[in-house]
Parts: sequence; structure tokens; C-alpha cells
Amino acid sequence: MSEYILEFKNLGFKYRAQAKSTLYNIDLKIKKGEKLLVAGPSGCGKSTLGSLINGLIPSSYKGDITGSLLINGKDSKEMSIFDISHIVGTVLQDSDAQFVGMTVAEDLTFALENDCVFLPDMRKRVDEVATTLNLKDFLLHAPGELSGGQKQRVSVGGVLASDVDLFLFDEPLANLDPRTGKQAIELIDELQKKTGAAVIIIEHRLEDVLHRSVDRIVLMQEGHIVADESPDELLSKGLLSECGVREPLYLTALKYAGVSIESKMRPSSIENLVLSDTDKAQLKKFMKEVHKDKKPLSKEKLLETKGLSFTYEKMKKRALDNISTAISKGEMVAIVGTNGAGKSTFSKVICGMENEDEGQIFFEGNDFSALSIKERAAYVGYVMQNPNQMISKVMIMDEVAMGLRLRGVPEEEVQEKVTKALKICGLYTMRNWPISALSYGQKKRVTICSILVLEPKVLILDEPTAGQDYRHYTKIMEFLRQLNQQGITIIMITHDMHLMLEYADRGIVFSGGKIIADKTCAEILTDSEIVDRASLKETSLYDLANLCGIEDAATFVQDFIDYERENVRGLWDE
Amino acid sequence: MNNLFNYIERESPIHELTGATKLVCLLLWSLAAMTTYDTRLLAVMSVLGVALFPVGRIKLKDVTFMLVFTLVYLALSTTLVYLFSPRHGCGVYGSTTLLFGLSGYFAPTAEQLFFQLNYILKYFATIPFVLLFVCTTNPSEFAASLNKIGVPYSVAYSVALALRYIPDIQKQYHEISQASQARGIELSKKASLVSRLKSASSILIPLVLSSMDRIEVIANAMELRCFGKNKKRTWYMERKFRLIDYLCIVVCALLLVASITLTHINGSRFYNPFL
Repeated sequence: MSEYILEFKNLGFKYRAQAKSTLYNIDLKIKKGEKLLVAGPSGCGKSTLGSLINGLIPSSYKGDITGSLLINGKDSKEMSIFDISHIVGTVLQDSDAQFVGMTVAEDLTFALENDCVFLPDMRKRVDEVATTLNLKDFLLHAPGELSGGQKQRVSVGGVLASDVDLFLFDEPLANLDPRTGKQAIELIDELQKKTGAAVIIIEHRLEDVLHRSVDRIVLMQEGHIVADESPDELLSKGLLSECGVREPLYLTALKYAGVSIESKMRPSSIENLVLSDTDKAQLKKFMKEVHKDKKPLSKEKLLETKGLSFTYEKMKKRALDNISTAISKGEMVAIVGTNGAGKSTFSKVICGMENEDEGQIFFEGNDFSALSIKERAAYVGYVMQNPNQMISKVMIMDEVAMGLRLRGVPEEEVQEKVTKALKICGLYTMRNWPISALSYGQKKRVTICSILVLEPKVLILDEPTAGQDYRHYTKIMEFLRQLNQQGITIIMITHDMHLMLEYADRGIVFSGGKIIADKTCAEILTDSEIVDRASLKETSLYDLANLCGIEDAATFVQDFIDYERENVRGLWDE
Repeated sequence: MNNLFNYIERESPIHELTGATKLVCLLLWSLAAMTTYDTRLLAVMSVLGVALFPVGRIKLKDVTFMLVFTLVYLALSTTLVYLFSPRHGCGVYGSTTLLFGLSGYFAPTAEQLFFQLNYILKYFATIPFVLLFVCTTNPSEFAASLNKIGVPYSVAYSVALALRYIPDIQKQYHEISQASQARGIELSKKASLVSRLKSASSILIPLVLSSMDRIEVIANAMELRCFGKNKKRTWYMERKFRLIDYLCIVVCALLLVASITLTHINGSRFYNPFL
């Protein structure tokens, strides 16, 4: 037996449908029981690496493999995907979509069923796994009834049941809110300690994964491994941002202040970070220099709700309970909270997709309630999370024109308005392209464009950057900021703390159908009570402030964000 | 939201039968109802079918949507039968009894009305049983039982999987339709039928496309967990046959026997009161 669970030897891979290779000269060894993070921007080949490990390549995705991969000392070319699945257990990105069984118990046992394990043995194994993962009370529940964290535990359980030697997690944080994500990382850590299995986490959110230590980070870029070293070593170099992976925020802040990061400072986690007094003083001094008093925002109310309440059919509890709030002209607001807190319901009621039971909505002082869903769209535009759910035409031009044409606008005017909207969104040169030729981010732009063409004054976006890496995230968000600067008020529903911190002027926090906080995002993310109730996570800048003895953490965070907005933004614009 | 095909979790003697029993019963029952046009047997089966609802603890409102759908379909098809072949019954029963003193091609005859009564009864004999089956059979167990009666498990499992995803797809449809309405697609009764059909298609496209993405994910997830590895698989939800299961199958088999015997006695599939 080999001491390595995985051994890549000069491996290269090219997908059949693509002209260029996706992976080049991969040399990588992973010891039994080791914990590894594979990071890199979208398209760097990290998911392809994962598919090679679990056997989806060549089973589902065909292509040319050069070099070799040994799994447990055996050449993977001689193994079927089923052989591999007894060694490598894969948890895919979207735990919702990979839920196969009708109930939790069936999902846990799915692999066992396929291995023809007899019923009494299956029952026993399900019981063991459910005990380990604390799922016993949910065994007969359907996937739809579970929370995000429970779903994640079920998908882990589904591979745990087969007793594997290596767990492969493909972007485990993509669909989770910050606190659940934190728990997922803790769960993975426990799992590794309990089972002694090796763990590979493929993820671009480095800071969140480093909540629990990993042995090594493999950094990838354009199909090559550019770094393979301990987190402390890697974080003391500038390599991460060169590769389009976001480094932990506390390190960014230190770098702005001119503190040089060295591996002996143990930069991989804020809890272990060692700062000298000079470093601390330097940070404090820098923050004092960049501090600016904020100019107050406009207070001209654009959208206002008074005592808004709503209950879904067949539900007892109110989804919205007496919501009174106001959005001012030109603001960029984040609405945050756990799943089921009421944030999506709130935007649906505003758009007229659901009708309020009580309360009123005012737009520029006029009662909004009498208007239909279609009429409200002229004032408030709603952009869904997944662009594929909104696109119904083949060509970009037609997709953007659809809303106007359905309103019977004369064709000449349609052309004029569509052209204008396409130019704003930077899609004009592509106007005659089929939508299928676009990337995810470009599709997102098309959907935003198709709403903008109706000239709403407010845009509501549901998770505008879900599943995007740092570079694409920045592109989408900078685009939204430009729109905002052109006078469009923007409301974003999000789980993403970076997003709210960096781009929202203000955060409205929902919990249990009520608003529990309405203040700047820096204030929210440094308030542990609100953070806890809304299932968020304190920003690491808060911990950094504590570490350096800065009392007013909220101001510190705000100053950091303001500095970054003014000096560093827009680096990604091509 | 409407429950189109939904298993309803309750405790009842019918829920406790194995999926295989219910499937075999359904096949026997439908075969019996299909074979015969004998009014007496069909009437008995209709009453029996409806009487089983309280036994399975299924309420009328659980199946309203499906029921209305079938009734509309039934009304449509009976009307069409009459329009296209208003004398079909006369041919079947070999006599013509004009009613209400009317004459002409479309004049009602006792034979035609009786034939169509039987036609309707056939629906009433089958539909309640089918609805009951759908409401009381856990899809996973259904898949297990399909496999048990010889259907390959990959086919059986895809049936279960389709049922598993119906609520998700309904939810997605609802969301997409809301967003499309905001863009100006009219789905309410204000719009004409043609434009509503057109609108529905512009919801279906995104629905299908986003479902395709999911299919790829689920296929991979299944393969990664050994689906398709062996020729056989075991089923966690499988239940053991009990005495009551055999009894039910025997009763349904007897119905089929009765149906065939009646056909033999009547000399045709029809019971003829006009002789």
C-alpha cells in the first residue's frame, strides 16, 4: 500500500469539446489523512481536478488525459467510477440538487442500496450515520423541509455511509449563509478528525475555509498549480490576489497600512495572528489618517412601507410582521437575514407578486397598492438570482425588447430604448448574439438590462453575485455601482457579507418576519447580537480591531471600506 | 399550490399495503374495467372505488384538482362521441329506440344514452382507484415495487425521481411566472386563450433550461454513489408482504375473473337490456 491516497504524475487534461487544455503538468501528492484546500478563480481548473479525482472524468465528461493519477496506489485508468467511489466520497456544490432520495433516510442509504446491502444492515448504518451527524430527528423528512445546514449534513452523510478514505468537497460554501458556512467548515474538520480520512476542499472563499486549519493550500491558475504550501507561507506572499483569489480581509487591511506579512506572524487565521506593537501602532495611525466624516445621504423617500404584514396560504406564522421602513432616492441598500426571515417575501410584496394582508406601500408618496404587478414593474424592477430562470428568448436584442413589446410600445421607440439600455449595460456590441453564447455574468447583465429597459427607479436584485468568484463578483458589483451612480436606487437581497460591507450604504436585517436592525453595514457586522440572530458572521476586521485594541470597531471597518472604495476599486476593469 | 401527483402521508390500511400489492391491484382493476361494458359490474366497481377513499383516509379536497381535470376531460370526450357517432349505441345493442318523439341523425336514442352511460361508468370505475393509488403510494416504494414486478431499476428509479422533483418544479414554475408577469406577460383571465398559451411557452423555456442544469447535477450525484453499478439493487423502503396484501390481490383478481366471465355469458363485452 502506498502512503499517498492520491498521486498526480505530470497529468494533463483536455476536454473533448475544447481546443485548449484545462490542466497542464499537474504533480501533486496527497497523504492519507491530510487536509487540503484547492483554491483558484473560476476556470482555473480546480473543478476539473475534482472530477478527475472522483472519476466523473472520464465517466461523464470525455477528454484526453496525459500522465497518470494513482488512487491508493492504483492507476485510476484501471478503475471504474464505482471502484473510485468506494475510496473517494464526493459532496457536490449544490446540496439541494444532489439530494436523490425522497427522504433523508433514503438519501443516506442511496449508495448502500446500489451496493445491494441488505435491509437490516442498511437500517443499522443509517442509524449510525444519523447519530454522528445529528440527523436522527429528520430521517423521514423531505429535502424541502430542511434548512441549508441540515441539507449539507445529509449530503455529507450520504458519502459517510460508504466509509470512504477521502472526502472531496466541491465548493461547499457556495449556497450557505455565513453562519451555516462556518458550521459546515467545523463539520468537515470534525469529520476528518473522527474518521481519519483525507479531505480535499475545492473553494475560492479562502478566508471562510481557513476558519479551521488546513495542512496545505494548492493554488491554481489557468490550469497550472502555482503554489502548494502551508497557509502561513502562502498568505505571506502576494500570490493570492495575483491569481484573483481574495485574501482574508484582515490581511488586506494590514497591507494597506503598510505592515508586511510574514509567515512567522501566522497569518492563516485571525485567532493565531501575532502582531507586534509597532504593527498595531502602524495600523492605528493609518486608520486615523484615512478617516473621513461621512456626508449624510439624501433623505428624499422613494419607497416607503407602513405596517406591512403578510401570511402565506396554509401557513400560520406571518412571513412579514408589521414592516415599516423607507428607502431613499439613490441609495444602495442590502437586505439580509436567514432563509425564511422574510427578505424575499418583502421584495415580492413590493413588486406585487404577493398581496399584503395589511399595511401600505408608498412610491414617491403615492399609494402603490392599487397597481398590478405589471404596472409596478415600471417603478420597481425585480431581477431573479438565476439568470437562466428569466431568459426566454434566443437573441439578446429580443430578450431585452420583450418587456416593451409586451406593453405595446411602438417598434421605433422599442429600438431606441433597447439601444440605450444595451449601451448602459455594455452589451451593445453583442446585441445580435445568441444568449447561449454568453457567460453566466454576461447573462446576468442581460437580465438586468431587460429590466432596466422598462426604466424603473428601483432595482431589486436577489443574490446578485451568488456562485461567482472574486473577479466576476467585482465586475457585477461595479456594474451595479455604476447604475447606482446614474441615479438608480438599488436594493440587494444577500447572504454575502463582503457584498453588503463593500457595496451597501445601509443594511436592513430581517429575522422572523420583522426588521431587527437598520443601520450601516459596518455597524451590523460588528454587533454580535444582530450577527447571531441574522445568521451572519462578524467580519474579521472586527477581530482585527479587537486585537489592536481599537475600541470603535464599526468606525474602523467603515474607514477601511471607504479607503478601499476610493483607492483600490476598479482594478479589475479591463 | 395544486397537488397534481402527490403522495399524502397518512396512516391507513391502504397506506400499509406494499407498493407492489397496490400496483398489481391497480393493473388487475383497470384490466377488469377495461374488458367489460357490463353496467352491473361497472356500477359495483365505481361504488367500491369511491368507498375505498374513507378507508385510505383520503378526502375529496386532496384530489380536487385531478378530479376536476378528469371530469372536464370526460365531459369533452362524451360530447365528442355523441357528435361524431350519435348512433353508435344502436349498432352495439342492435336496436333503435327513438326518444322524446324526435327524429333525425342527432336524435337521442335510448341505446346511445345507455351506451354513453356505460362509457361514463367506465371512467368512474377506474379514476377513483387511480387517484387513490397515487395518493397512498410512497413514490420510493412505488419504484421498489415496479422493480419487484420486473421493471429494470433504472427505469423504476427515474419514475420515483420524477415524482420527487414535481414539487420543486412547481415551485420554480411559480417563481418564473411571477417574474415574467412583472415584465408584462399576462397570465390572468384578462388575456385571450391564445395569448395566454403564448405566454405560458415563454415561461416553459426558462423552466426547461434550468431543469436541464439540474438533471446533469443529479445524474452525476447518482453515478458518484454507485447508481448503475450492479444489475440489482436493494431498496430501503421495501416492505414485506403480509396476509392482507395477498387478500387484496385475490379480490382484484376475482374482479377480473368476474369481468371475463360476464363477457363470456353476455356473449359480448356489453350487457344488453334491450333484448
